[in-house]
Amino acid sequence: MPAMIYLDYSATTPVDSRVVDAMRPYFSNSFGNPSSVHRYGQVAEAAIDSARETVASILNCRPDEIIFTSCGSESDNLAIRGAAYAMREKTGAKWILAARAEHPAVTKTLSHLEKYEGFLIEWLDVDASGMITPEIVSRAICENTAIVSVMYANNEIGTINPIKEIAEICKANHILFHTDAVQAAAYLPLDVESLGVDMMSLGAHKFYGPKGVGALYVRKGTPLISHLTGGGQEFSLRAGTQNVPYIVGFAEALRLTNEERDQRVTHVKPLRDRVIGTVLETIPDARLTGHLESRLPHHASFAFKDVDGNLLLTLLDAAGFACSSGSACKTGNPEPSEVMNAIGLSREWGLGSLRVTLGVHTTPAEIDSFLNVLPQLVQKARILK
Amino acid sequence: MTKVVVAMSGGVDSSVAAALLKEQGYDVIGMMLRLWSEPGKEDSNRCCTPDSMAQARRVAAKLDIPFYVIDAKDVFHNTVVQYFLDGYARGETPNPCLICNRQIRWTFLLDHALALGADFMATGHYVRIRKAENNYQLLRAVDKSKDQSYVLHVLNQEKLARALFPIGDYPKTEIRVIAEKFGLPTASRKDSQDLCFLAGDDYRNFLQRNAAEMLQPGEILTRDGRFIGEHNGLANYTIGQRKGLGVASLVPLYVLGKNSTTNTLIVGTQEELGSRELTAREVNWLSGETPSEPFHADVKIRYTAKEAEALVTPIIGNQVQVQFDASQRDITAGQAAVFFQGDLMIGGGIIL
Repeated sequence: MPAMIYLDYSATTPVDSRVVDAMRPYFSNSFGNPSSVHRYGQVAEAAIDSARETVASILNCRPDEIIFTSCGSESDNLAIRGAAYAMREKTGAKWILAARAEHPAVTKTLSHLEKYEGFLIEWLDVDASGMITPEIVSRAICENTAIVSVMYANNEIGTINPIKEIAEICKANHILFHTDAVQAAAYLPLDVESLGVDMMSLGAHKFYGPKGVGALYVRKGTPLISHLTGGGQEFSLRAGTQNVPYIVGFAEALRLTNEERDQRVTHVKPLRDRVIGTVLETIPDARLTGHLESRLPHHASFAFKDVDGNLLLTLLDAAGFACSSGSACKTGNPEPSEVMNAIGLSREWGLGSLRVTLGVHTTPAEIDSFLNVLPQLVQKARILK
Repeated sequence: MTKVVVAMSGGVDSSVAAALLKEQGYDVIGMMLRLWSEPGKEDSNRCCTPDSMAQARRVAAKLDIPFYVIDAKDVFHNTVVQYFLDGYARGETPNPCLICNRQIRWTFLLDHALALGADFMATGHYVRIRKAENNYQLLRAVDKSKDQSYVLHVLNQEKLARALFPIGDYPKTEIRVIAEKFGLPTASRKDSQDLCFLAGDDYRNFLQRNAAEMLQPGEILTRDGRFIGEHNGLANYTIGQRKGLGVASLVPLYVLGKNSTTNTLIVGTQEELGSRELTAREVNWLSGETPSEPFHADVKIRYTAKEAEALVTPIIGNQVQVQFDASQRDITAGQAAVFFQGDLMIGGGIIL
């Protein structure tokens, strides 16, 4: 592959070499099964316990409130399915509230519960910036509401939701509140006490950890029914031998993220601001999607009128830039995403979305050359349409 | 490095085309078009099923080249499918592959290739290009049994200057050997005369679903005007067709012609079939210049037809008259008549 400029850190991030180093001993040397009685098992178990403590200290919770999973999507599934079944059993409540702008790990799980399990889903409308305001939640809840799920920050358009205020409303009404913090974790504070959430999903590969490992925070006392049944691992909430090296990697990546959060924000935010400013200035019929201020610091997202977003990604890739789009698909069959529809973009705008997300390795020179070519490529895409 | 976009299908021919170009040192990019399929039958277009797309992606990964799929659903429908429907509405038997090659592959896709910075576009067609003194020539493939020049008579000098056909110099058997050498899949996409967007269905069913209004019953007449039955829509018949006429007769009857103005189907005996002449419209001359004199050529009147010797006379209105040395069966309006001299393609047009 020729030299490429990677501007898709919200899709995934390269694993930090310090994280790789932390993981390495647990593949072939300390390879034991954490459930084993012998010392091989004890070493592996100690590694997981230590990882759990690290994560708990960053989230400001107890270690036994952290469940390790295989990814952010699994965490969302465990939270929503697990709490839905438990609440139905406990109180009979079966209303669940969520926005259509949520990640598919949430929306598809809810559609599944609706179709096969008889749960009632109320889809919340977001405002034009993609935000779920506390007022929207207040208006929608009723005494039969079992769960509210609102993402901390949106993957496509970067908008940060007022999680703390929404959590307060849920708490006052005795409703379980889950947040998908997969996109937020790399940049936003994760103190669950301060946020007031009952459940929070995380995935390591969005913050320079490995793919294939996630975690779910579950507040003590939250009713939850396991759906991956088997052995008693993860406090009997998630059966299956733990992925020891990846759990160690998760914890190390989160530790580094927490430690270096301020400098990472300071690095990406001015570059990101330049992307937003220059794009809106130099490209006609372009608009920012998502909230201008309440947005992830590394995240810029746009809609261009009368552009095939997929084609724009192709042109960008051929020119050496890796970005993504809300309508991205590898089969040439683009449709505007649910998020584009939810924020009220018409088809002619919604198909032309572009997401540019920065990271620790992004340099000012890379942003310069990106901003240099993007206007011509948008123009090319318009002509080809 | 010279950049070339290869139109990939996932089959052996375009895969080998890509591999050969890569080996020759080109900077190769794989591309595939997402074409139109009928609503409710998505993913069924024979040229871009999920399987062939996955296969092309695997080949691209194997060759370590980028691969992109471009959405062409609307433009394909508005040009190719519409042309197909319009042709039947006019009482012809249209050949939409010609329009696809001209408008989709060698215009829409070529424009996208050039926008990506490509210098050339290549396909896995069995056909050859030769750079002559001051122009480009299109030649039939070395492997005459696989020659696909018929559908490429729509190209012009501007497009030929951008075109590469890396496999036209090889016999098919050798293409398989090369595929094996590169570790590429060796399966061909099943050779099929079916149109990609019919997805294996009979075109008559497609017309019934998509243009039922053109299927008006009418009279079946002999050449001398004798009424012998009713047809169920002219588009259901093609020249030379014998089966499915639904009329009783002592001798076998064949479709001789269609009159879309009066909505009548003309039938007759085997002896009445065939003609020694045809007229073709919208003639394209590969050299870019209309010949000033009549000329002798081998003329092919269908993709699968054998060439026949004829005198080709350019006339006004971008048309030609073709006088065959011997009578030809099944000269069909809407198909192309393509003229060769030896391996050299001279031009072609749509039979009136």
